[in-house]
Amino acid sequence: MSLSPVSANAPWQPVIGLEVHVQLSTASKLFSRSATAYGAEANSQANVVDLAFPGVLPVPNRRAIEMALAFGLAINAQIARVSQFARKNYFYPDLPKGYQISQFEQPIVGAGSLRVRMEDATELSVPIVRAHLEEDAGKSLHDAFHGSTALDLNRAGVPLIEVVTAPALRSSTEAVAYLRTLHTLVRFLGICDGNMQEGSFRCDANVSVHKPGTPLGTRAEIKNVNSFRFVEKAIDYEIERQIRLLEGGGTVIQETRLYDAARDETRSMRSKENSDDYRYFPDPDLPPIVVTDADLERIRASLPELPEPRRQRYESQLGLSQQDAAMLAGDKAASDYFESALKLAPEQAKPIANWMQGELKAALNAQELDWSTCRLPAASLVALLARIADGSLSNKQARTAFEALWAGDYAHVEAAIAGLGLQQINDTSALSAIIDAVIAQFPEQVRGYQAGNDKLLMFLVGQAMKASKGQGNPQQLNQLLQQRLG
Amino acid sequence: MSALDLPLRDLRAALASGQTHAESLYLEARERAAASAELNALLHTCAAPDLSRSGVLAGIPFVHKDNFLHAGEATTCGSNMLRNFVAPFDATVSARLRESGALCLGKANMDEFAMGSSNEHSAFGPARNPWDLTRVPGGSSGGSAALVAAGVVPFATGSDTGGSIRQPAAFCGVSGLKPSYGRVSRFGLVAYASSLDCPGVLARRAADIAEVLQVVAGHDPADATSAEQPVPDYCAALSSSVHGLRIGIPDAFFGAGIDPQVAELTMAALRQLEAMGAKLVPLAFPEAVLAIPSYYVIATAEASSNLSRFDGVRYGHRCADPKSLNDLYRRSRTEGFGAEVKRRIMLGTFALSAGYFDAYYLRALKVRRQISDAMQRMLSSVDVLAGPTAPTIAFKLGEKLSDPVAMYAADINTVAVNLAGLPALSLPCGLLDAMPVGLQLIGQRFAEARLLQVAHQYQQLTDWHARRPPTAAASTGVRP
Repeated sequence: MSLSPVSANAPWQPVIGLEVHVQLSTASKLFSRSATAYGAEANSQANVVDLAFPGVLPVPNRRAIEMALAFGLAINAQIARVSQFARKNYFYPDLPKGYQISQFEQPIVGAGSLRVRMEDATELSVPIVRAHLEEDAGKSLHDAFHGSTALDLNRAGVPLIEVVTAPALRSSTEAVAYLRTLHTLVRFLGICDGNMQEGSFRCDANVSVHKPGTPLGTRAEIKNVNSFRFVEKAIDYEIERQIRLLEGGGTVIQETRLYDAARDETRSMRSKENSDDYRYFPDPDLPPIVVTDADLERIRASLPELPEPRRQRYESQLGLSQQDAAMLAGDKAASDYFESALKLAPEQAKPIANWMQGELKAALNAQELDWSTCRLPAASLVALLARIADGSLSNKQARTAFEALWAGDYAHVEAAIAGLGLQQINDTSALSAIIDAVIAQFPEQVRGYQAGNDKLLMFLVGQAMKASKGQGNPQQLNQLLQQRLG
Repeated sequence: MSALDLPLRDLRAALASGQTHAESLYLEARERAAASAELNALLHTCAAPDLSRSGVLAGIPFVHKDNFLHAGEATTCGSNMLRNFVAPFDATVSARLRESGALCLGKANMDEFAMGSSNEHSAFGPARNPWDLTRVPGGSSGGSAALVAAGVVPFATGSDTGGSIRQPAAFCGVSGLKPSYGRVSRFGLVAYASSLDCPGVLARRAADIAEVLQVVAGHDPADATSAEQPVPDYCAALSSSVHGLRIGIPDAFFGAGIDPQVAELTMAALRQLEAMGAKLVPLAFPEAVLAIPSYYVIATAEASSNLSRFDGVRYGHRCADPKSLNDLYRRSRTEGFGAEVKRRIMLGTFALSAGYFDAYYLRALKVRRQISDAMQRMLSSVDVLAGPTAPTIAFKLGEKLSDPVAMYAADINTVAVNLAGLPALSLPCGLLDAMPVGLQLIGQRFAEARLLQVAHQYQQLTDWHARRPPTAAASTGVRP
């Protein structure tokens, strides 16, 4: 018997596991009736339960439990029929009770998986170990008041699910692809607004490296990275740091590290060698959560169409390109926009997708807007495309109208067309008159074309368009010119 | 005889007929409270209540154990930690009593955060037993029991985590009911051990408890552990005979540690019930020895977590001039908590710690299940279980203060009930050395009506509940 020796020269293999805190978009908190709106005046959304006054008790928010179940169903997870809230005990000022209500031994969502489509259209199935419900902590404001720390407990008690993958990702690219897919999924499910700046979707990354065939290396945990780009950079930095450390004869220690985006590096925050003892135990204030078949059926029936089936439908039923289908189904707001346009003009799927990918996307990007704040309503896009389809606008005219509409110069498509005088001339006699004039004006070019210089046809068409002040139907002008000179 | 000494039902009639008035009743209760000052049982007097409210308990004064939040009133839990804390909202029990028209006279002394069996662990000094001022009133609801025994109020609230209503009721010669877990909402009761805490009632007579329980019992959406079980008519069942009733007598309730004379008096009371037609059934309860160790692991574990919120940050005691966050925590809690509370926080923290969790907390949960099963098994063959509430009569102040384990052992017959979530009632059943002895009755979950019925029937034929301590402020009761 022989063991295959591990080559010292074998490349280091990164191993990444992700923990994502998905803030659930419920109207009230996980265990109190306080509102959860972001950005409210400090402590205006914290009642006696959130402030952990003596005598208060938590009452579970059913909606949050339903959202967790919807997520579990969407990733084909094992749903715990009986799960339990547990207390995670530690002292910190923004944790008013001195414990966080979370789940430990019995999470509501067990093992499942998420299918991730990479950019090269290959697929990855990312194993998800668990997703548990828990409440968020408040915020400590260290800079708000000189010499003291202030507390804002508006966020204390806001519901989260923490989605934990197995250490199964091999690169920052895979990690980011997974995160984007998860982000899209929770937005489609309507359980999270996905706003990363506001902390609605937060990621911790566990990173280690090892040589294939050897046990996993010691991991470092990178905390709270708040954009996809920073996740990628933080993981890449950390992989490189660990490899350099190991190749230099050092060892990786288990610790928590913070990513500093300004300096593009991770820094040690605290060592886990003396790891905290959270003294988890079942919360005696909260009876177990019991999920029945009927609960699951009801929630399953209320699930919206999910991104992956939608992408497949776009490709197979609407005939969109792989790229268009992936783009549209990969962004909840884009997909919503597409769906509402599609509803008005089901036969226009391709032109709608083309315009979204082209003019609209460019305009959104130029102003750093997204589809939810798109300045051209889907109905207007459909109206514009209808005018192209019936030949009353050229593509170029439609673009002109679009630009004016986008700029807010006109309230709707017809007003823009009228205001800009964009009526396309399709009348053959009117067009023939224009052609007569062009032929008379450019005899040399007419001769050149007739002598076989085909390129001059486009010149003449262009002159005819110019003479029509851009309103002539270019296809018709082209045809008429060929007939006359042919 | 003052109207204050009437059974609640008669008192209500006297108020309704105009024979007495809410105001005079309230003032007399205040006078009696003042005359009983040496009991140190009333921590503070509440603001003058609204005397005009109508409701089933309209005009009837009561005292509230000081771990119930009563909006606008101090709620200290017998602790320096909450010495200056004013309740910003009503406990569900407070709100229901307020709506019923009952008048909160004041807040009763108690062991700090309900941790204790003698009331000596109060930051405001021990309450005293009205039968003998050198003895403890029991705990933790010692102030409540002393004030009812002294005739200051017809009833008082209490909370019972391991015997904290029943044992002081026994020591002070009053009746006290610990309802089934989930029967009365815990919302607004400052938590000691959440899976064991039960709000309840102390009064002179079982029939009086029935009237108050009717008001405070029932589902509360603000307490996820409160039961949705319908509330029966507690008064309607009182008059049924005990004929044919099967009373189980677990051997352990009369076992080691029980004063033989206390055991004898309790047995005499049970024989009286037998003479009234009940059947006594001896039962074996070997699991009982596991109750105290299991209880003190579970209760302290939960307490260690429940009391974490007292950190000096948002309310309660905050140390002067903290140098750092840790200094703020350390000194605020060191200064705010008394020795027994600290001891239990340490015990509970230990029991939940990594490496000890399985051996202590998890094992205690398994034992809890065993005890609960054993009690259910016994209750499947009998209607109630009975035995002495406490192993001894009220002990002397200071007698057990330096020996926590001896103090914990005094809970031997009461803690199993909390572990099993059952209802239990203590009623006076005799005097030993001129001190009251209590009989404990335990029923099936939600069988409060049964316990009240048995106690009421007993009280129809005996007058132990009507005996009054020699120091009672108003010596209008029957003397022994």
